[in-house]
Amino acid sequence: MADFNAMQEALVACDQDKLTALVNGAVGEGVAASEILNKGLIAGMDIVGEKMESGDMFIPEVLMAAQTMAACLEIIKPLLGDDESSAAATVVIGTVKGDLHDIGKNLVAMMMESAGMKVVNLGVDIDPEQFVAQIKDNNASIVCLSALLTTTMVMMKETIDAISEAGLREQVKIMIGGAPVTQAYADEIGADGFAPDAGSAAKLAKKLAA
Amino acid sequence: MFEVIGERINTSRKKVQEAVANRDADYIVDDVKKQQEAGAAYIDVNAGARIGHETEDMKWLLDTIQPVVSIPLALDSPDPAVLEMAFGMVSTEPMINSISLEKERFDAMMPFLEGKACKIIALCMDDAGMPSSAADIIARADTLVKELSGIGIPVSSMYVDPLVQPISTDNNKGNMVLDAVRGIKSNYPEIHITGGLSNISYGLPQRKIINRTFVALMMDAGMDSAIIDPLDEKIMATIKTADMLLGNDNFCGNYLKGVRSGAIEA
Repeated sequence: MADFNAMQEALVACDQDKLTALVNGAVGEGVAASEILNKGLIAGMDIVGEKMESGDMFIPEVLMAAQTMAACLEIIKPLLGDDESSAAATVVIGTVKGDLHDIGKNLVAMMMESAGMKVVNLGVDIDPEQFVAQIKDNNASIVCLSALLTTTMVMMKETIDAISEAGLREQVKIMIGGAPVTQAYADEIGADGFAPDAGSAAKLAKKLAA
Repeated sequence: MFEVIGERINTSRKKVQEAVANRDADYIVDDVKKQQEAGAAYIDVNAGARIGHETEDMKWLLDTIQPVVSIPLALDSPDPAVLEMAFGMVSTEPMINSISLEKERFDAMMPFLEGKACKIIALCMDDAGMPSSAADIIARADTLVKELSGIGIPVSSMYVDPLVQPISTDNNKGNMVLDAVRGIKSNYPEIHITGGLSNISYGLPQRKIINRTFVALMMDAGMDSAIIDPLDEKIMATIKTADMLLGNDNFCGNYLKGVRSGAIEA
């Protein structure tokens, strides 16, 4: 019987050796890889996200947990069927045109990947047309826009407008984030959601994708 | 002598935005007087947050601040038209915040700066984004110095911002910027190094202890200015103490003055 709680605890504690042993043990017992992924690793990262949101875990610890998870993912990847490894949702994420900041956006991308989503990280200085093209190409259901500056925040609205004009607004949920961004601004420009940190962003994406 | 650029008059701060929106001169006057008393060398003025109102807000802020401070101002805007207007309003040589190597910003700022007597904050940012190594920062500083020298700005008027990045995402971000500052200072002994410091502690708890410790390390590397809140007494005390320890305080005069006024305590 696989001990998913122990896996979650080992992941939260960033205990690579213990988590590897638990995952290998479960694989040896014939536990389905998808179970290990969902009930052990992703559930563990959900806890990490919650702890980040509540201020009980900090960025370096979250990065370490993600690294720990990635190493164990390599063990079970070959055992996952094609349909089982298919993601819960496809997310297109990028920093808007004129803005070159990527640290927060990359953390959000990492937490979403750890939550089992397929993440297409476009990078920084992404103009509205590129967002539109990438939503189409990847058949995305979630778009995340990042901006760190008050001067580039306005580009979020232009990007949302471009998505609407391209007829894709019904297909995607749009999330925004970044230091100057607020829930009020999200409401004002017609975004579906705002998250103040990477942990809550991943949680919100799951909710919006459901 | 370390130069603090007081960052408080920025309309992205909620109370300042309210005061500007309501044309509450008393609030602004009180704030800048406090910054000056706390030892600021410049008062930064940023009116950019109320979109569509920057010109009139900047004009009102300068009208309000100029008569009540004796220190120069740092005019903080990405818009050369706003800066041109602001430049015409100030009575002492201002600091301009800022130019960078991002093409759009650079091309807009260079014609504005040419022929003007001012200090200039130059960000080590280009269209590739944040710098990724000390060598990268140093190379960007070289380009900025070359370009600004080309339009007649003396190196001693340049305040290079090496762009402090969070230590939480990469253990080496502290060393990276410290090495860069040493490199830039050794290439151009006359140059000034400035910038915000609080990025270093992004993503970590108890940020202020990190910021305070970091400013002392940066000062040792050659930082001689910072864009901070001069009303943060603890960081100001650290700066004064570090300045003394680095040999910039004759007979420990400023340190002792700080202790007697209660601004510095153990």
